[in-house]
Amino acid sequence: MNEITQGFWDAWALILFFDPDLYEIIFLSLRVTVTAVVIASLIGLPIGALLAVNRFRHRRFVIALLNALMGLPPVVVGLFVYMLLSRAGPLGGFGLLFSPSAMIIAQVIIITPLIASISHQTVRDLWANYHDLLISLNTTRAQRISALLWDSRRALLTATLAGFGRAIGEVGAIIIVGGNIDHATRVLTTAIALETGKGNFAFAMGLGMVLIMLAIIVNLLIHNLTKTEQASTW
Amino acid sequence: MKLGWKVLVAATLIASASHAETLRMAVTTSFYNSGLSEVLLPEIKADLGLEVQLIVVGTGQALRLGKAGDVDAILVHFRIAEEDFVEGGFGTHRREIMYNDFVFIGPSDDPANLTEANSAIDALQRIYAVKATFASRGDDSGTHKMEMNLWDAAELSTELPEGDWYRAAGASMGATLNVASGMNAYVLSDRASWLSFGNKGDLVLLYAGDPALFNQYAYIPVNPTLHPHVHSELALILEDWLTGAKAAELITNYTVNGEDLFTFNASTK
Amino acid sequence: MVILPLKMVGATAYVRGKRLVGPVDLTLAPEGFTIVIGPNGAGKTTLLRLMHGLQRLSGGSIDWAVSLTEARRKQAYVFQSPIMMRRRVVDCIAYPLLLRGENKKSARAKAKTYAERYGLGHVLQNWAPDLSGGEKQKLSLARALITEPEILFLDEPCANLDGRATREIEAILQKVQDEGNRIVMSTHDLGQARRLAKDVIFMLNGKIHESGEAEEFFSAPQTLEAQAFTNGEIVE
Repeated sequence: MNEITQGFWDAWALILFFDPDLYEIIFLSLRVTVTAVVIASLIGLPIGALLAVNRFRHRRFVIALLNALMGLPPVVVGLFVYMLLSRAGPLGGFGLLFSPSAMIIAQVIIITPLIASISHQTVRDLWANYHDLLISLNTTRAQRISALLWDSRRALLTATLAGFGRAIGEVGAIIIVGGNIDHATRVLTTAIALETGKGNFAFAMGLGMVLIMLAIIVNLLIHNLTKTEQASTW
Repeated sequence: MKLGWKVLVAATLIASASHAETLRMAVTTSFYNSGLSEVLLPEIKADLGLEVQLIVVGTGQALRLGKAGDVDAILVHFRIAEEDFVEGGFGTHRREIMYNDFVFIGPSDDPANLTEANSAIDALQRIYAVKATFASRGDDSGTHKMEMNLWDAAELSTELPEGDWYRAAGASMGATLNVASGMNAYVLSDRASWLSFGNKGDLVLLYAGDPALFNQYAYIPVNPTLHPHVHSELALILEDWLTGAKAAELITNYTVNGEDLFTFNASTK
Repeated sequence: MVILPLKMVGATAYVRGKRLVGPVDLTLAPEGFTIVIGPNGAGKTTLLRLMHGLQRLSGGSIDWAVSLTEARRKQAYVFQSPIMMRRRVVDCIAYPLLLRGENKKSARAKAKTYAERYGLGHVLQNWAPDLSGGEKQKLSLARALITEPEILFLDEPCANLDGRATREIEAILQKVQDEGNRIVMSTHDLGQARRLAKDVIFMLNGKIHESGEAEEFFSAPQTLEAQAFTNGEIVE
């Protein structure tokens, strides 16, 4: 119990005294995760909408695959991305290993299925509602997908926030492909893993508190930015 | 809503990496946990203008990273594997830098009476005799390999240590120390990790000093003929510095909680 | 370009092995206000959906005077339960124009005119799903008419509305008809049919049981079932 309270005070001390290392770590965490969420959304949201709107032969299989990929252990993703980006691997020539880019790639792989799956469910429900109207109005497939994505943007924002939550708290994959290099690829989660390994539980807890506060702030911020225009219930 | 998207897009645009003179070195967890790197790296940067990025992993993974050419040099502590690495052409040569030692840690009431042990092998035999709980790395790391060699030399009645008392954590040194602390178990640790470990609980250092427990660190530059992209020139500059007089002084004088940790033993070329 | 007349020959619709409509032979003339009446389950909705292309044809043929692609662009449909997009009223009405490549500004301006014409001027910036039932159906009408269709289909547009809203919708429809628009509307409300119809299609069991000019149909129905139905008796 003592170490939990100690962690709480450590966290506040770090934040209030503007510990430069901490702010560097926070900034990198945000940079990596936000970039990954944007890329994963650009991929995952249209995939989800396409799955909802299109009827094709192996649709059920693709949906099942998507749901299965959501449960993929991050360590496996990390190993896979490591082998891809390693100098000995197929994409080794880019020299991306142990860089924030490598961490972004790993996170994109981890959260895209999650975002696509939630997007699929959301868009499917709205499509059931809009179906007759959009058919009656002679919409093209692209017009349907863009209307459905735009009109379910609030729910889809929740999907991207779920992706953000998963990515910001992820450690297994990014510690493998990022290497947890001080001042280069160290983020909150890998720093927590490191401090736990050193037995510095209070400090690790402090970093954990910072992580939670960060997640809460980002969520509130996004919701406030989006609420201004929409007063309605959905 | 619109503002929300703009913020997201703006955030993604803030992305670029700086390209100073950097060198990537894979080091073992035990070296990193000693805290010595925090003394050495700023000095290296000041003297050589070189930014050394450490990839902190187990010995096995460090060797894999070197073989794949993902790092420019490695600093590890498992001689047989290191010699294989150089013989296999993955590294140009092996240069010994310094050593520290492994120590036996255990509960303060010491049920296996390790304080009276007269060698590392004797210590293990005492633990085995009373089947005292023992936490092993169990992760094929340098420390784990050292432990297995000692068990081998201890000639137990079973081929390998096994049973409820023997717990293979399959984890890093820090995590294994956490396990030992939680179970009040004996554990073999490098001295550096032990001294800087913050969750000692009821554990104390019980036995050390057998030369068999010495832990030699060696520096190996990755072979540039195999991986043309590695910074072999920087690796050689770093090697000169690590084996030089300034490094010798810094390493010898480095202490944790007032205790000396490393003995500098690099030979001049 | 005139897309009418519409010719249906032996048009049939099956859904999961069950015949909902057909075979139907029918010609829709370029002018008029056609009311499709009949008891629940007679196939009124399915007939309208077949004409508009929302229901797949299982047999027979449906032909417009022009190509189907051309014809699809010149018709509009109002549903029994209004489908409200999650947008502001003005944007909902402008949406069909945006689909046709019109720029946002002129589409909005036009939508505003239509909204005001159909009594939605005071709720332009409201969220469409928050409107009352009558307002939703007015929005549906404005959205349907903004593309200036040659034919407007309405599937029981007043089924879920109270008396006042029904009167308002009927007044609008009367006006739309007076402006020379072709209307095909289904209803099971006999009074409404009498008030609006120029000609009548009486459906029973998925088939056209009787059809003709409204005045004749209501004054002298030819079949026993039509007589019973116009007398307000239960017909199955």
